[in-house]
Amino acid sequence: MAFRHTVGQASYVFDDLRSLLAKASPARAGDMLAGIAAASEEERVAARWALADVPLGHFLDEAVVPYESDEITRLILDRHDAAAFSEIAHLTVGEFREWLLADDVDDARLSRVADGLTPEMTAAVSKLMRNQDLILVASKRRVITRFRNTIGLPGRLSVRLQPNHPTDDPRGVAAAIIDGLMYGCGDAVIGVNPAGDGLAAIIGLLQLCDDIRSRFDIPTQTCVLTHVTNTLRAIEAGAPVDLVFQSIGGTEATNRSFGVDLAILAEAQQAAQALGRGTVGGNLMYFETGQGSALSADAHHGADQQTLEARAYGLARQFNPLLVNTVVGFIGPEYLYDGREIIRAGLEDHFCGKLLGLPMGCDVCYTNHAEADQNDMDNLLTLLAAAGVNFVMGVPGADDIMLNYQSTSFHDALFVRRLLGLGRAPEFERWLESIGIADSSGHLLSPVPQHPLLGLGSELGGAR
Amino acid sequence: MSRLVARDPWFRLRDLTAARIAIGRAGGSLPTHELLSLSLDHARARDAVHHPLDVGALQAGLGERGLPCMTVHSAAGDRATYLRRPDLGRRLDDASRARLRDAADERGYDLALVFADGLSAVAVERHALSVIDGLLAALGDWRLAPVVIAEQARVALGDDIGSALRARQVVMLIGERPGLSSPDSLGLYLTHAPRPGLSDADRNCISNVRPAGLVPAAAARRLDHLLRGARALGASGVALKDDFSEIGRTLD
Repeated sequence: MAFRHTVGQASYVFDDLRSLLAKASPARAGDMLAGIAAASEEERVAARWALADVPLGHFLDEAVVPYESDEITRLILDRHDAAAFSEIAHLTVGEFREWLLADDVDDARLSRVADGLTPEMTAAVSKLMRNQDLILVASKRRVITRFRNTIGLPGRLSVRLQPNHPTDDPRGVAAAIIDGLMYGCGDAVIGVNPAGDGLAAIIGLLQLCDDIRSRFDIPTQTCVLTHVTNTLRAIEAGAPVDLVFQSIGGTEATNRSFGVDLAILAEAQQAAQALGRGTVGGNLMYFETGQGSALSADAHHGADQQTLEARAYGLARQFNPLLVNTVVGFIGPEYLYDGREIIRAGLEDHFCGKLLGLPMGCDVCYTNHAEADQNDMDNLLTLLAAAGVNFVMGVPGADDIMLNYQSTSFHDALFVRRLLGLGRAPEFERWLESIGIADSSGHLLSPVPQHPLLGLGSELGGAR
Repeated sequence: MSRLVARDPWFRLRDLTAARIAIGRAGGSLPTHELLSLSLDHARARDAVHHPLDVGALQAGLGERGLPCMTVHSAAGDRATYLRRPDLGRRLDDASRARLRDAADERGYDLALVFADGLSAVAVERHALSVIDGLLAALGDWRLAPVVIAEQARVALGDDIGSALRARQVVMLIGERPGLSSPDSLGLYLTHAPRPGLSDADRNCISNVRPAGLVPAAAARRLDHLLRGARALGASGVALKDDFSEIGRTLD
């Protein structure tokens, strides 16, 4: 169906919903690379005027990616909950923005409509929203998940401890884990990106992380971020697998390029659930996403990268994940050119994911060929923390020496806790106090050389 | 160490990793020394990305070795375009393609070597000649195309270059995406029967070539092994199982 909007002498026509969404999207490199962005600033705003008048119900009639050829589209439309949708079914996209911003639309009401929303509806409304709208609406919504602790409670922010090492050296990884724990990080997960994908090394890292966790009885979960098929093999080999990790995208073809589909994700989830390792809850999937992955895989179907990112969340919510992480600036400047585009994308992703009921975290990050620096990361971290992001990354000194990019650091987490008064997952917070890392208000204590965690350091051969 | 910041008692763990651990804190924030160290390393990585390739120095180095060379340019006219348009960095500009076609001959070349700036021209300037010194000694009588020096190049530009030269194999020696601790890391990408339209699955990669990573001499030995393997198999990429090889992240 075509959409039109007239501005003065100019009449703009948009051939279909997919094209309308693409042209309404805030300017970014990836959509320009794909050749689907608005040709002028005026066309972009004209597209937004036209989009504002589209009824939400239209999104159930016109698919952005064909139903017949894409299992993500089928998942989204087949599980759509008409009863949940009924509260907002009469709204246009423009009115939906106003509904979201209304004072009496709170967490309970947002939660009630979540299963009535499609990812494309959330993407559409985000394109009409300023950054402050994205922050305010997301801040109303709390998504709480549990495995060995409770993540996403109001007034709290969790951190993934990311102890990567370029050769997966166990002592190097352990040293970074000790460092992160001593800085009060690791309540979202202790999660290692392995440099290689050999099964023996993967199992070695799983064992290492689990040994540290169980030895100090840390109320958190561990993960080695390897392909889901490796995790399945590790489970079969008896390795201690808490979470199942996988990168996912918003189209079937993107996921095929990642070597996954719905069936394999379901199989891995069931295998991990059968281990019964969660103590306070059963959320155990950990997904990573990022705008641009579909274009990168030549699997974008002419849709804009932000809409496709939201569709990845449509896939994620099928699996009740513990953590969903948009790795916003990792992909490079051909998709998100500079700090401004990265910041906008991070806020959009967090907003769309939260509306869809997902426990959204963000790897606030950039590469050295993007026009960005730590100041941009400070800005995005602060904005996302204000918006109620569930978790961020903790990388020693913000410098990931294996993946060669910059993220947020243990220090950055301390900064934003101090600034906004954010606590950690309550179980983890109690553990930090009991083991003498933080005081009862969550502030770090001056570390003593006799600290039990540092005893582990001595065994590694580096410490006194 | 600062007079105001206490040393973390686990500072000796720094021997175990290059990660920025045990760096202390000012309140909860970075000590000034660490703040400036991070800034300096980022500055170097940024400079590496934007540093233009010193073509003259490479030409001189190849001349000293008696190796003929040619210069080409991708369809990305400048660095800003290159960063936004990876598709243009994978194609030659028309003039370059015509020059390469003129340089092709009937017998065909066994191998075309390409020095490509990629995302770190510094890496090529520092390490590419060292790699081919080791390689050429090992290859012996292979028939080499003129060495191609390519600007604003992505990995897949090698397909276009190898195809225009009618070379049976092409190796891109290309600057990798710089990290804070590795602004000069070189990647080596081998493609058998290069032609436009191939994917990463058709290549073999040796990455992290630099003095603090895989040293150039060792990289040359691995590359020699791969080249002989690809020649014997008649294919590169996933079909070429290589015990020397390591899985590297592709550049783009």
